[in-house]
Amino acid sequence: MLQDKDRIFTNLYGAHSPGLEAAKKRGAWHLTREMLQQTPEWICDQIKASGLRGRGGAGFPTGLKWTFMPKEVRDRPHYLVVNADESEPGTCKDREIMRHDPHLLIEGCMVASYAMRAHACYVYLRGEYIAEREALEKAVKEAYEAGLIGKNNKNGWDFDLYVHHGAGAYICGEETALLESLEGKKGQPRLKPPFPANAGLYGCPTTVNNVESIAVAPTILRRGAEWFAGFGRPNNTGTKLFCVSGHVNKPCNVEEEMSITFRDLIETHCGGIRGGWDNLKAVIPGGSSVPMVPAEQIMDAYMDFDTLRDLRSGLGTAAVIVMDKSTDLIQAIARISYFYKHESCGQCTPCREGTGWMWRVLERMAKGQAEMSDIDMLLDVAGQVEGHTICALGDAAAWPVQGLIRHFRHEIEDRISEYRAPRTMVQGANVAAE
Amino acid sequence: MADDLFKLNIDGKDIEVPKHYTLMQACEEAGAEIPRFCYHERLSVAGNCRMCLVQWKGAPKPIASCAQTVGDMRLNPDGTPPNVLTSGDYVEKARNGVMEFLLINHPLDCPICDQGGECDLQDQAMAYGRSGSRYALNKRAVENKNMGPLVKTIMTRCIQCTRCVRFAAEVAGVEELGMISRGEDAEITTYLEKSLSSELSGNVIDLCPVGALTSKPYAYNARPWELRKTESIDIMDAMGAGIRVDAKGSGVMRIMPLINEEVNEEWLSDKSRFVWDGLARQRLDKPYVRENGKLRPASWSEALQKTAEALKASKEKTGFIAGDLIEVEQARAALDLARSLDIASTDCRPAGAAYGADGVREKYILNPTLMGVEEADALLLIGTNPRVEASVWNARIRKAWLWNDLQVGLVGEGVDLTYDYAHLGTGPADLDGLLKGDSAFVKAFKNAERPMVVVGEHALVGEHGLDVLNAAHQIALDAGAITEEWSGFGVLHNAAGRVGALDTGFVPGEGGLDTKAMLEGGVDTLVLLGADELDLSKLGDTAVIYVGSHGDRGASRADIILPSAAYTEMEATFVNTEGRVQMTRRAVQPKGEAREAWAIFRALSELTGKPLSYDSADQLREQIREHNPVFAGLGFAPGKAGHEALSKAPEKAKTLAGARPFEAPFEDFYLTNPIARASKTMAECSLMKRGLETPVAAE
Repeated sequence: MLQDKDRIFTNLYGAHSPGLEAAKKRGAWHLTREMLQQTPEWICDQIKASGLRGRGGAGFPTGLKWTFMPKEVRDRPHYLVVNADESEPGTCKDREIMRHDPHLLIEGCMVASYAMRAHACYVYLRGEYIAEREALEKAVKEAYEAGLIGKNNKNGWDFDLYVHHGAGAYICGEETALLESLEGKKGQPRLKPPFPANAGLYGCPTTVNNVESIAVAPTILRRGAEWFAGFGRPNNTGTKLFCVSGHVNKPCNVEEEMSITFRDLIETHCGGIRGGWDNLKAVIPGGSSVPMVPAEQIMDAYMDFDTLRDLRSGLGTAAVIVMDKSTDLIQAIARISYFYKHESCGQCTPCREGTGWMWRVLERMAKGQAEMSDIDMLLDVAGQVEGHTICALGDAAAWPVQGLIRHFRHEIEDRISEYRAPRTMVQGANVAAE
Repeated sequence: MADDLFKLNIDGKDIEVPKHYTLMQACEEAGAEIPRFCYHERLSVAGNCRMCLVQWKGAPKPIASCAQTVGDMRLNPDGTPPNVLTSGDYVEKARNGVMEFLLINHPLDCPICDQGGECDLQDQAMAYGRSGSRYALNKRAVENKNMGPLVKTIMTRCIQCTRCVRFAAEVAGVEELGMISRGEDAEITTYLEKSLSSELSGNVIDLCPVGALTSKPYAYNARPWELRKTESIDIMDAMGAGIRVDAKGSGVMRIMPLINEEVNEEWLSDKSRFVWDGLARQRLDKPYVRENGKLRPASWSEALQKTAEALKASKEKTGFIAGDLIEVEQARAALDLARSLDIASTDCRPAGAAYGADGVREKYILNPTLMGVEEADALLLIGTNPRVEASVWNARIRKAWLWNDLQVGLVGEGVDLTYDYAHLGTGPADLDGLLKGDSAFVKAFKNAERPMVVVGEHALVGEHGLDVLNAAHQIALDAGAITEEWSGFGVLHNAAGRVGALDTGFVPGEGGLDTKAMLEGGVDTLVLLGADELDLSKLGDTAVIYVGSHGDRGASRADIILPSAAYTEMEATFVNTEGRVQMTRRAVQPKGEAREAWAIFRALSELTGKPLSYDSADQLREQIREHNPVFAGLGFAPGKAGHEALSKAPEKAKTLAGARPFEAPFEDFYLTNPIARASKTMAECSLMKRGLETPVAAE
């Protein structure tokens, strides 16, 4: 279990003031100037050594990503863009950072910008985050007034930070769609390559990072890469914000060590599963887009990127959705499917057409009004969407469906049979009952 | 250079292609056919249909080949070229999946769809579609959008490839088409459901890979396999765009563009594409003579006899005016007839533009060529609005402006040309000392390697016409636009028949009158060769003989009407504004008793007693070539060969101060000639353009 002295987000629950003075007392803005006196390469090396993997879901090594930016600024300026469009169902970690610890984020933006030789940073904020925008803008104002950021600031690196408020579209959390939206266009993902590090915002070299990835960076530099790398298992290091929701006794956001076991996480922080461990049915371990894992596989699994990948799921944003035996899994996945159908941008074919199809079939399955053959067809359709789209939304829509059929196919079959049993006149009912 | 090439192994075949190629191009180079919907050679890459997926061995997912640049591909871990497969189970499965998705919400109403038979979706579904549907749910329906009188929309059929959106934004330069909503509710619509304010809007019909955007005037008229397809040349403007005339029975059913890289790429202006219904209306299908103030049908022999008598009456008081749409054969035969009777009053410049009198061809053609604008680095337009005078070329100027950083300057009416330009003045007076200015454009123009000066035909009309021509020529010389490698000076015509008529020498002979003098009562007998853009009010009691295809201004004033064939009804020679000699082909028979015009003059010559020396069109063309060797080079534009004639300095222009500003070449783009004026579709477009409602009767 993570000890209090090792927590990065010491005001996660808003017990103290989010203001600059209080933040400084908690350690923010300490030695920032000294960090910026190091070379950008040193910062990237430290982040690499810490083993920090991107906290937005894909888990790409953050330090490595930063080194993809051109080594010197030529005719085009560099930009850092912070993805605060936190819209993945179940995820609410960035929200707490921006509400209660905004100065860690602002400091992180500055350090990361310096590491990538950017003088400007945009924070793209989710449309629904009104209170977060107010909190963040207030903190930015404080930082400007205190001369911590801006032109000729105390830290010695000219740096401007702009908070941009989105309009509430899930797809704008996809990095290239986010850039399009930031440029004032319709939020639709771009084709890659070119990757943003070559041609991003306004065609300039750009790196897009998650709020949490950026906010932990200054603390890593202050306390040392070895300190951060000391948590978790190899290749899955550091501390991580978990957002536990669903059928636990005390749902919560908590900063924990990577690779904590699921059981420890729930027992220590969430007061156990509702109705006891025997009542656990399945867990979606990384936000709505990753496949669910059944109880027996997840109970003692490490909560980290590699373990969950081996369970054919993923850590994602570490939004742990716990479902006990009262859950109608088919209906739950149908609801998630509706979300992806609603948020598909409509640009490319498989996602535009496939998400609606999957949702409609699932809605019927939830009522039992489907054919047995529809299960294989649904799996087939999900496979036709997965990996065939421009961005990852197609994958995100397909995975939950695949997870459901992989682990709970029998439930769908039972549901269909149940619906048919008293209705002998339903077309194909006798076949289905066989 | 080997550095710029990249080795690939496609379907087991080793191939080397330039690094900037897309994987799709490389696959085609290797002989593989890649299905596609959203990809189009002349538009930006969207990569959204996902039909062109191929397998790149080692990649975790199938690759959209249209969006993958070859140079960005990695070698195999052992250093061998990447292996790409364009067929096989993996690829088929991916493409079958995409095809299934495209079809689940497609209405499959092919039997009543005008695209049927030439539909990309239909064709590719044959290869990649399932035999039955697995989608048992309700299909999506999308409301149709109003896109004006030309483009019919059945939006339920749309597959959201966004070709039309990209065309409007990139080629046409009007950002009025777009996709609204998201996900499966995404719809293509025009801004506020208005028709596109572009002269090229009809091209979205060709671009649409399905039947969502079809031709409104052609709706339900024919099936593509019933149509006789004839490759020909358009004469609605002076570009001479390549067209394919599709006919059924005796009627032209539609006109489509042909690909001609040097002229129209693969676009066509709305006037050229939709004018075809004018070919069936207001036609002169038999000879008429005026009796007691009224025209009555007559036999050919009567009409020809009367004409011959009128022509013989007086050689001084007889004149010929050639109109905008006449073919070279007609001009030659009419000119031969006139000269055989010692008639010197012949003119092919109805508006009276000041060119051609000295017979120097380079001074009335577009020497830098239409395609040359892509090589030019600065373009000076004088008294012209290419958007309406040569709409397709305007798109090419826009292309050069967009991609080659072409600098454009304009002296003339400040209009929206769909690209930015430096507005250097409005009239001839602004040409004086133009190069002495210090604006950014003038600097760029003077420093340009290949500057280009284009004078509009209409700028040469009026008392200052010749001076404008000379001044423009001098500007070109001063800017270094005339070198051995580059002839950067030319005239942009707006009538298809003009350059051909000038090439035959259809200008006043020794002591002959010009158009203006003839129209002001200088002649007693006036022959109009399809000349309708004239003010005939001052003719008094002059006898007018009209040779032409459509009943328009000229025919209504005529005393004798000799009906001739229109451009789709004959094999005829036209010369475009670049001096490119091209031939039309006969798609349908001439209407009624109408004949090819040259044959009418040949018959007349028999009656005047001085028979012309040719009995067939081939013999006539033989003589045309002998008379002027330029006609020997079919499909060829002289281009930079003009530098020799142009390097001679023109006469010093008189001061142009006080000259009237340049005017618009014509009032209404859609109604510039008798065929267009006979077209209902063009009338509707014209009303739309002027902001008036479409008449109820047209519905």
